[in-house]
This record gives sequence, C-alpha cells and structure tokens, in this order.
Amino acid sequence: MLLFIEQVLNGLQLGFMLFLLSAGLTLVFGVMNLINLAHGSFYMVGAYVAATVMQASDSFVLALLVALFTAGLCGFLVEVIVLRHLYKRDHLDQVLATFGLILFFNEGTRMIWGRQPLFMQVPELLSGSVEILPGIPYPVYRLVIIAIGLAVAIGLYLLINHTRLGMRIRAGASNRSMIAALGVNIRWLYSLVFALGALLAGFAGVMAAPVFAVESGMGESILILTFVVIVIGGIGSVKGALLGALLVGLVDTLGRAFLPDLLQMFISSGANSIAASLSSMGIYLLMAVILAFKPRGLFPA
Amino acid sequence: MIVLILLPFVAEAVDESYVISSMTRIMIFAMAAVSLDLIVGYGAMVSFGHAAFVGLGAYVAAILSFHINDGSAVFNFPFSFDGSNNLFLILIVAIFVAAIVAALTGLISLRTHGIHFIMITLAFAQMLYYLFISLDTYGGEDGLLMPGRNQVPFIDTADDFTFYYLCLLILVVYIFLSRRLVNSQFGRVIRGCKLNEKRMQSLGFNTYWYRLTAYIIAATGAAVAGVLLANKTEFVDPGLFSWHLSGELLVMVILGGLGSIYGAVIGAFVYLLLEQVLSAYTEHWMFFLGPFLILVVIYARHGIYGVLQNKVLSND
Amino acid sequence: MKSKLLYSSVVALSVLMAAPVSAAVKIGMITTLTTKAGYLGEDIRDGFKLAIEQGGGKLGNVDVELMVEDDGRKPGKGRQIAERYIKSDKVKIMTGIVFSNVAMAVVPKVVKDNVFYISPNAGPSALAGKGCHENYFNAAWQNDNLHEVMGQYVTDAGFKSAYILAPNYPAGKDALAGFKRFYKGKVVGEVYTKLGQSDYAAELANLRSTKPDAVFFFLPGGMGINFLKQYSQAGLNKTTPVFGPAFSFDARILKAVGDAAVGVHNGSQWNFDLDNATNKQFVSAFKEKYGRMPTLYASQGYDTANLIGSALKATGGEPQNMVDFRKALEKANFDSVRGNFRFGNNHHPVQDLYVREVVKDSTGIHNKTVKKVFSNHQDAYAGSCNL
Repeated sequence: MLLFIEQVLNGLQLGFMLFLLSAGLTLVFGVMNLINLAHGSFYMVGAYVAATVMQASDSFVLALLVALFTAGLCGFLVEVIVLRHLYKRDHLDQVLATFGLILFFNEGTRMIWGRQPLFMQVPELLSGSVEILPGIPYPVYRLVIIAIGLAVAIGLYLLINHTRLGMRIRAGASNRSMIAALGVNIRWLYSLVFALGALLAGFAGVMAAPVFAVESGMGESILILTFVVIVIGGIGSVKGALLGALLVGLVDTLGRAFLPDLLQMFISSGANSIAASLSSMGIYLLMAVILAFKPRGLFPA
Repeated sequence: MIVLILLPFVAEAVDESYVISSMTRIMIFAMAAVSLDLIVGYGAMVSFGHAAFVGLGAYVAAILSFHINDGSAVFNFPFSFDGSNNLFLILIVAIFVAAIVAALTGLISLRTHGIHFIMITLAFAQMLYYLFISLDTYGGEDGLLMPGRNQVPFIDTADDFTFYYLCLLILVVYIFLSRRLVNSQFGRVIRGCKLNEKRMQSLGFNTYWYRLTAYIIAATGAAVAGVLLANKTEFVDPGLFSWHLSGELLVMVILGGLGSIYGAVIGAFVYLLLEQVLSAYTEHWMFFLGPFLILVVIYARHGIYGVLQNKVLSND
Repeated sequence: MKSKLLYSSVVALSVLMAAPVSAAVKIGMITTLTTKAGYLGEDIRDGFKLAIEQGGGKLGNVDVELMVEDDGRKPGKGRQIAERYIKSDKVKIMTGIVFSNVAMAVVPKVVKDNVFYISPNAGPSALAGKGCHENYFNAAWQNDNLHEVMGQYVTDAGFKSAYILAPNYPAGKDALAGFKRFYKGKVVGEVYTKLGQSDYAAELANLRSTKPDAVFFFLPGGMGINFLKQYSQAGLNKTTPVFGPAFSFDARILKAVGDAAVGVHNGSQWNFDLDNATNKQFVSAFKEKYGRMPTLYASQGYDTANLIGSALKATGGEPQNMVDFRKALEKANFDSVRGNFRFGNNHHPVQDLYVREVVKDSTGIHNKTVKKVFSNHQDAYAGSCNL
C-alpha cells in the first residue's frame, strides 16, 4: 500500500514535469494556432545553458535566470525570423519549418558543446531527501518539481484570466482581426506569447537537467509525450494540459510499476518483456481511447 | 522519365553501379510519399503514422520469407500457412494486412480532424512500433534479416539492375493509378471534402466512408512500398514504424508540393539526395538541411513542384 | 524541366561519388556520429585515426585512406553506406559500427560479398555463434562479456540477492542473460525498461521495496546517466551497491553523472591505468591530441586500427589474397592496449576481464582497476560456431 502511494506520487511528479513542458506548447497552439515541433529544442537550450552556467558559477539561481533568458530569447528570434511568415499558412508548412528547426538546433548544440553529455548537480539546498512516508525517503528535488508545477499552473491561470495581457491573449485566440481592429499590436503580442512559451520550455529544461541526461536530442524524446498531453487535454487549454499531464504521468508510472507483477500472475515466461512493451504502449492507448470518445480532447478550448 | 530508364546504363558505363541501388531506394520512398500525398494533399488527412504501413508491408515480406526459410509455419489456424517467397503473393498479403489495419485504425481515427487526426495516427503507429520491438521471434529491436530477395517468376530479383526496373515499373504504374484515382469521381469527392466537407455532405455523399476508403487505399500503397523496401535492403527493423520515418515522409510530400502526385515524387528525390550528398560532405549535415527546409517553406509556397510549374508557365 | 532537374542531380551524385585515384588501401568506417550516442562513434573514429596518424598515414607500413560516414543509428542507412563503399569505392575492409542492430543489418551482407568486417564495438550473439563468418572479426568483445564479469564479481563478493534491469531490446536481454550466467545468488527482480526511458522513479520505488543486496543494470548512454543520477538522489546508493558494465562508466559519462557514480564497481576489458607500455603510450597520445581522456570505445578503435595494420603488414597491402589476409588477422599479431589479446575460433577475443571502481581524487572522477576477474575469458557462443 505504501508502495502504491509512493508510485502515485512518482506519477504525479512526472506529470508536473510534463505539464511544465506542455503549458507553453498548448498556449502557443491555442493563441496562435501554430504547430511547433521545435518546442523541445527550447527545453534542450534551457538545460544546456543551465548546466553550463552552473558548472562555471556554481549558482543555481544564476543558471536558472540565464537559461530562462536564453530560451526566451531563442523563442523570440525564432518567431521573428521564421514563424512570423507562417501564421497564415497551412499547418503542414509549419510542421516542415519547425522540423527544420529541430535539425538545426540539435546539430547546433552538438557543434557548440560537442557530443559529450553535460553534467548538472542538484543545488545543495534541495539535494537531500525527506521521509514523507514511514521508511520511504523521497528526494526533495522531486517535491520541488511538484511545487513548481503547481505554481506555474496557478501563475498561468492568474495571468490569463486576471491581467490585461491575459485578456488580450484570450481575445487574440478567439478573434484575431477583431483584436487587431481594437488597436492591439498583434505582432508583438504573438512574439511575446511565443517567447513566453519558449521560456516555459526552457524552465522545464532547467528543472530536468539535474535529474535527466543533458544531451543533444533530449527534446524529441519528450516532445511526443508533450503532444500526447496537450491532445488529451484539449488543445489550447492550460487546464487540459495540467489534467492531461497528470493522467499521462500516472498511467506511464503505474504501468511500469505494476504491470510486470500483474502479468506474472497470468503468464509464466516472458511476462517482464511483454509488460515492458505494454506499458510503453499505455499512454498511446490512453490517447486513442480518449480521442475515440472525445475527438477534441477532454477540455476543447 | 527517360532519364530514369537510361540511368542504369549510364551508371554501369561510368562504373557507378551504386547509383542504381541508391535510385532504387529513392523510387521506393517516392512511392510511399505518393501514397501519403493521396490523403494529405488531396484529402487533408494529415497522417503522422504513415510509416506504420510501410513497416507492416516490410515485415510481411520479411516474416513470410523468414518462415519459408526456417521451415516453420506462420500460423496453423484456421489453416496452415508456411510462409512464402513469392513476391506477388507477398504483395497481396501485405496489401490485405495493411487494408485491415487501416480499416480498423481508420474507423477510430477519422472521427477526429486536424491536429487530433495527426496525433491519433501517431498513437497507432507508436503502438505498432512497441509491438514489433517486443516480438522476440522476429528479432525485436535488432530487426530481422531476410534470407534474400523474394522471387518473381522468370526474372532475377537478386540482380540490382533487374530490381531497379521492377521498382521503376511498379512506381510508374502506381503513379498512373494514383492520377486516375484523383481525377475520378471518387477523387473529386475526396478533394471536395478537403475544401468543404459540410458541402459534400449536403450534396448527399457519406464523406466518412469516402475518407475511410481513401485512407485504406493510401495504406495499401505504403505497404507495397514497404515490401519493396524490405526486398531492397533485405532487412527490416522496428525503426520502420517510428515517427521519424513518418515525419520524413511528410517532409518529402510538403517539400515537393502538396496535392500533386509528381510533387511527392520530386520531394522524395530532393530530400533523399540532399541527405546523401550533404552527409557525404560533412558530418554536420543536419545543420544545413534544417535551414534549407525552412527556406523552402517560406519562399516556395507550393513546394518545389509549385516553383517549377510557375517557371514553366512564365516561360511559355 | 523535371528531367533536367533529375539529370543534374544524377550528375552531381556521380561526380560526388566518383572515387579519387589513389593507391592507398581504403578502409570504410560506418559509425554513429549523430543522435545522442554520437560520442561513441566519435571516440571509435578518433582512436582509429590516432593509430593512422602515429603510423604517418600508414597502418602496418601501408598507406591507408579512412572514409567515415554517419549511420544515424539506423540499420537501413548503415546498409546503404556499406553498399556504396563496396560498389563505388571498392572497399575491402570495413569497420566502425557501434550498435548491434546496425551490425545485424550490415555485417552478414558485407562478409558474404568478400569484404572483411572488423568490429570495434558491437558483438551481438547472433554473429558469435551459429552466425559466425570467416570474414567477420570482433576486436572489442562479445556483447555478454562485460556483464558476465560482473555476474562473477557480484557472486564472489558475496551478495546473496540481486535486482537486475536493462532496456527491453535484444542487447538488454543478452546483458541480463550474461549476468545470470555467472551470478549464483538469487535474482529478486528482473525488469525490462523502455528503450530511451528518462524517468526511473517507478523502477526505483519497486527496487527499494524488494530490498535486494545488490543492483545490476545495463542502461547504455543517456539512460544510464538518468538512472545513476536518480539512484543516488533517491538515497539508494547509501544502502544498496550498484554494479554495471563499463558502458555507463566511461570517462565521458562519468563527467555527466558526477559524484553519483563514485564507488560503483563496473566490468571492463580495458582501463586507462592498465600497466603495459602500449596502453601508457596510447593514453598520453590520445590526451595530447584530443584534449580529453580516452574511453573504452577509443581504445577499441585504436586496437582495431592496429589489428588491421598487423594484417596489412603481413600481406604487404590490399587484401588481394583473402586467405592470407584472414590468416594474418587471426594471428592478431599486434600490441593491444589491453595487453593480453588473441582470437578464439569464432574470431571473437579471448581476453582478460577486469572490475574497476569509480573513484574521486584530486584529478577528478575516474576508474581505478581493482581486480582481474577472468583470465583468457572466451564467450559462451564460441562452441556453436563452425570455424
């Protein structure tokens, strides 16, 4: 039972990690109606820059700030140089262009940092573990990820529903020409939203760097998961992204944790291997089932 | 066309027979790209899981010839089937398997539209990917080596020269059939769905079934390409199902120009040639290919084929 | 218009692929330089190149031309490159492949075409047993070797129970099979994880609840980095010692894992501190040329080059006479950085295997050789090879 609770906690923690990454993507999607495959690249940029700065300065806060700034700046530049030309285009053109961006960023990091994976330690302050349940020490850093995920969720909720910028974002999402007619500079609004999305992805990258390997191409492994999350949740909905992320995190973790034992009761040989395949399929099965019944996701925006 | 017919002779003459094999591969991918274009370009059904059907076709070829070589049966129920090494039989089985899988997944997928369709097709492809990774009998992630190419009566498929013409012939027939299809009554309905599905419905067409049929047809085309690809490399692996390959197929179609059969062919040629040429020059080839794709998107609105067409028109 | 475009691309392709005229023996290297695993291919290539450079552009006193191309870890692409090397460049010697799945797609085909393939890394069981071939040599190890040595070591060290995990793919299953072949204790958990997995929280929680005496894992590349970081963050390294093959503890991974790896014992056929003249010379030359510590991959690339050099020297150049060249390779008449090295009947190494410990001192984090566990160890598949 204790193990089950711990696994649920693990699932929630993975979910919040995924939420950090999905929030920016769903925002960009919802507001600008833009498919951005290169979202994972900003995640990678965040992680690489944070690891580099941390190595040089030993300060997590400085690493975080520089990484956020760089990821946001990258997002801003990408929007101005490339994506701005593509809003009126077919989704497919956006797919192709952002696919090109992935290639560019992956090879770019390899050229700048080499093929060596980078190192980043957990900041001293957050490195211990606490005994949340009897006999089960849980890393503080993972709890912090949960807390940050919650904070970002609340922050985004407030930003979108209770600020002037949020009002414009909502208006821009529902009626583009109207808001332009009202004198809002839609260009800058879009650049800002995109940079914000990239910054959130960079943030996720910074938080992931001490836990996961920092390597070129790290964005793509998680990108597909992120897309699954926002599609389950309903594109454009931050609330949906949160729920989708937690669902995916839980299904993935609990599948890995309990399927092997479960299967062992029914089949004797090869259960481990079959369980591994089944749990890899789990989230895709989840998505297919949800879309079969709710073709526009749980919270269509 | 003439170039493609003469190419092997030229290549042989200058002792560059590798070009033949490389072109064969490109033609096979061109065929997969054309099949994808049928639904993406004409039907606005953007599948991000098209590689799954290429993979299915390839695995049908590999598994059937694996069993005939191994002497074991593929299945014993409801009747015993020992596998086969006959290319035509394998093509038929591959088409049949792809059609069934496409029908089942299509029934669910086609309830969705736009980005949701992209993602649900991806989901099904990923499931197949993990399924084939776990099939230990067929090599799992390591893939399955074929004992040799499948056979066609009277010709020697093991000869690269012959195999090239076989692929060229199948590609040409496929392009011909595809053009017939998009210009038929059926094709017009599908194209109508892309422009305005509601209108087609009000005209009395059951668009869901039309789209499903188109989806199945495209899947069978990809499966044929898969069979040829397996025969070309004499090797299959689960990577054929991966979203990377689905993505590359999409890139080929968009690069060449959506909704034009020739565009898909050109897209496949340009993308694969560029990849080969660049990676032979520099290990950082991605750094150059990426921006190139972006430039094409921004400046060539209807893909490379669109640009070529405009040029021809302005020359006239 | 269309045909013009095609024509020019065909011409471009032919020009590009036309081989430059030279008398040098060509060696085709297909390796993985992109994807996350790019550094493995980079080290194999750099080790190989170092040997050529030390010979002044020659291996075994014969001019060689090394061609390198990236397979992107895709079997199909590897196959394509191999075909071009054979058909356009008339290559007779190939090497370089990092991953077993690429090797399975390429090796059986090229050795049939009378090309020698000398593996600097991948050694799948399918090519060591029934599928062995007279033109295929492996200069590194059979895949199971580094796991077998850990199985023996963990048994010797008296650990009664072990929890073992690996990715769900053939090399992962071979790894756990190799470990179990020599581990005499009880396996309390055998887990296959997703290939490319990043989060191991679920596995770690299960692991903690089964209370094993030891943990053995095979998670190459980034997966191992993830696992080790999370293992130590969960505080497990304080209670349960972890063991693994050298793949997760090479000089470059150690840099990315940091303190989390310190104290871990791992199995290898090579280490930078092995005491022989060739090795000392290799380590310092590598450090000087590339400014980083060599990994086992670099050592394997270096040995492969020198092995080829020994055969070129014996036959005086291009392997015209297949039989002579093969015989020369079989002798393995070169100074290996591993010291003791010879080939078994299946053309896989018979060599010593060591256990190393990750230590931290003033020079940083690195491996220290602790113990030689196997002497003249041969793989389990040699018996079923008909050579």
